Amino acid sequence: MQRPSGGRPPGLVWIPAAFVAAAMLLPLGYLILRSFEDGWSGVLEVLLDGSTLAVLLRSISLAVIVTGASIAVAVPLAWLTARTDLPGRRTWAVLAALPLVVPSYVGGLVLISALGPRGMLQGVLAPLGVERLPEIYGLPGAALALTLFSYPYVFLTARAALRGMDPALEETARSLGSGAWKTFFRVTLPQMRPAVVAGALLVALYTLSDFGVVSLLQYDSFAREIYTQYRSAFDRTPAAILGLMLVALTAAILYTESRTRGRARYHRSGVGTARRGAQVNLGRWKWPALVFCGAVVSLALVLPIGILLFWLARGLVEGEPLRLVWGAALNSVYVSAAAAALAALAALPIAVLAVRFPGRVSGLLERLTYLGYALPGIVLALALVFFGSNYVPAIYGTLGILLFAYVVHFLPQAVGATRSALLQVQPSVEEAARGLGKGPTKVLATVTAPLTRSGIIAGGALVFLTTMKELPATLLLGPIGFDTLATSVWTATSEAFFARAAAPAILLILLSAVPMYLLVIREKKQ
Amino acid sequence: MSDPMVRMTGVSRGYGPVKAVRNLDLTLERGGIMALLGPSGCGKTTTLRLLAGFERPEAGEIEIGGRTVAGQNANVPPEKRGVGMVFQDYALFPHLTVRANVAYGLKNGQRRSGRVEEVLALAHLEDLGGRMPHELSGGQQQRVALARALAPNPDIVLLDEPFSNLDASLRARVRAETRDILTDAGATAIFVTHDQEEALSLADEVAVMLDGTVVQSAPPEDLYHRPATREVAEFVGEANFVPGTADESGRFVCELGDMPACGACIGHVEAMLRPEALRLRALTDGEESASGATVLAREFYGHDQLIKLRLDSGPVLCSRLGGGPGFRPGQRVGVELRGEAVVFPRT
Repeated sequence: MQRPSGGRPPGLVWIPAAFVAAAMLLPLGYLILRSFEDGWSGVLEVLLDGSTLAVLLRSISLAVIVTGASIAVAVPLAWLTARTDLPGRRTWAVLAALPLVVPSYVGGLVLISALGPRGMLQGVLAPLGVERLPEIYGLPGAALALTLFSYPYVFLTARAALRGMDPALEETARSLGSGAWKTFFRVTLPQMRPAVVAGALLVALYTLSDFGVVSLLQYDSFAREIYTQYRSAFDRTPAAILGLMLVALTAAILYTESRTRGRARYHRSGVGTARRGAQVNLGRWKWPALVFCGAVVSLALVLPIGILLFWLARGLVEGEPLRLVWGAALNSVYVSAAAAALAALAALPIAVLAVRFPGRVSGLLERLTYLGYALPGIVLALALVFFGSNYVPAIYGTLGILLFAYVVHFLPQAVGATRSALLQVQPSVEEAARGLGKGPTKVLATVTAPLTRSGIIAGGALVFLTTMKELPATLLLGPIGFDTLATSVWTATSEAFFARAAAPAILLILLSAVPMYLLVIREKKQ
Repeated sequence: MSDPMVRMTGVSRGYGPVKAVRNLDLTLERGGIMALLGPSGCGKTTTLRLLAGFERPEAGEIEIGGRTVAGQNANVPPEKRGVGMVFQDYALFPHLTVRANVAYGLKNGQRRSGRVEEVLALAHLEDLGGRMPHELSGGQQQRVALARALAPNPDIVLLDEPFSNLDASLRARVRAETRDILTDAGATAIFVTHDQEEALSLADEVAVMLDGTVVQSAPPEDLYHRPATREVAEFVGEANFVPGTADESGRFVCELGDMPACGACIGHVEAMLRPEALRLRALTDGEESASGATVLAREFYGHDQLIKLRLDSGPVLCSRLGGGPGFRPGQRVGVELRGEAVVFPRT
């Protein structure tokens, strides 16, 4: 029997929680304030502008194409690696998830240097008389890059759903007279749907918020347009209004998803089944399946790393100094580690409140922290630039405001991990400790903390990984002259110094791979 | 009632409009083992949590060892109550060994004094001290939970459905072990259960809870033979209800005959007869009896058997016989009374 411990949460919990929630509200609140500075007329002027509508349409079409393509790539991959006798399926599963560690702007850099004008492919094809390649800039390039490096979101959720599914459901369908295909479409696929939707949602939100790819590949979606407006226009209010529109679009998608999620939980079967589902014998289809897996992994993983290594080698030969890279790497690591620690700390009171003292207020506080998801990095950064330069110039342009942006942006990840770790600790275990004569603080230190430690660390690792790759906030809010790996890649790529971008890009991938590896290992142990 | 260890007076506790516990009175002597028996949802677990201090009463007073721990001006937190609790899911600390689990509630001095080993021995866990909780069987986990609760020498030990997570085959043995461990430790204990057999066999005192309040608290045999209300009679063991009359001389008369009665009321009454009070005699073909009946069904348990029968006058009753050869469905029998009836006002 699970019951909330009686009474009010202690001040130790709810006061910090309230602070964190207020901090979460600050950027959005200020963005709204700023957008309506000139009243409704100013907002309407931007809203009704033809070019704004074009930006909106471009953003939506990019999101739809990338999401659709990701599902088309990821669902077959998930099924092949989870349910068939595909040779090397465990290795394929790891390789197919790995493109997640390639930051989108690194993907953009690879695509441009390989397929762009005067790029590597053209260099190879030039002797054959090919003078022009299909245009890579704009929608096709952006969609390709984003699909290649964000499909793993769908792959991971779909695969987990396939593995967690109760095989008895499929067996029941078969024994009731459904054939293999009919069973797949009428039982397996509907069971996967919530997981696929969850993954697709991540892809769509990521696509909308992505700044690196659309900027490098010059596709004027919201993120790029906001940056351009911010950079060029004297009046920055239109940038704020565009940012608010992007937030509204994100919120609309999140809202739609949450309306349908109630059923999703119902679909998921319990944790871990005793038996794994039956394995499908691919037979002759093994070869096309291998080609498919190979093609995806080559494009999303082998090609980028190969191209980066090529540029690195070429840079080294031409005497590109590596010294700057180490400085940037150090900056990246310590700012990410600080953000991870702060986010884990800030997540703790929120998660304790949500799990141990469920109620309307604590639910609201918890949901407020998810604002970080709804605020794309560029919008968050913009809001904090306005706020910092207008109200607290003392911290504007310091690491403090950058760390604040990171924590607001990535707090949901830390809250999610801490929350699920806390949920696994039965309240009765804490009560048993109370009954044995230990006060609340002692119980927290000797029972709750040791039991949730690994979950909290996992949340921190996730924040570390994402902070490492973060670009727009670092670009807008970092102190002058503060180079991280992400900004180094960005600067070098926008100036087409691919050789200079290669070293930080490779380092970034390696560093991001560490938490990813930890998370995968952790998953296996459970 | 010389030395009560636990005294609850007029305690109420609700969840919103629902009163889980209302106006509850309860007393338990030092060294006694009490069962809180009731159907699910009657407020047993809430009562336990009120005693442990995980819930606060809205009204009433709770005393443990002569000290008021909850009431008008008092609310002692759980860690200061000296109450050991064994949870339904045992709630062992999964990150600590058996020994560390048992030692958790001890002060440093007690730990060094060998109390841990003493308690491990008491619970027959000497060889398992180094194991982790997940490496133990269900019965062993239960003993660790009990040992952990007993280690700091609490005034009372509370056990929430302690045997419900065990296999039926294991339950009887663990039950006896638990009783022995509690007795050896000289502990005062209250355990919650919805299983009447468990309550009657294990406890010195059984408190029957219905709808959030204790309707009767008595030693098991009194509860069984002298239930205070019809509800208690129905909840504890099987009961037959037969209409009839009771007179001042303490006799109950009905269509089946007459027998001594206890209970305060006279006139038109309803008597509770335990199945053991009905004796059956096979009727030969054509033989008529004033108390004739037809066997409907038989449940055979080995050591005894339950016979369901329909009286010629209509009512269906139940009789418990020894494990010998039984009666077949459809057979004609005559019913005889023995023992004592408990009479209640007719409803």
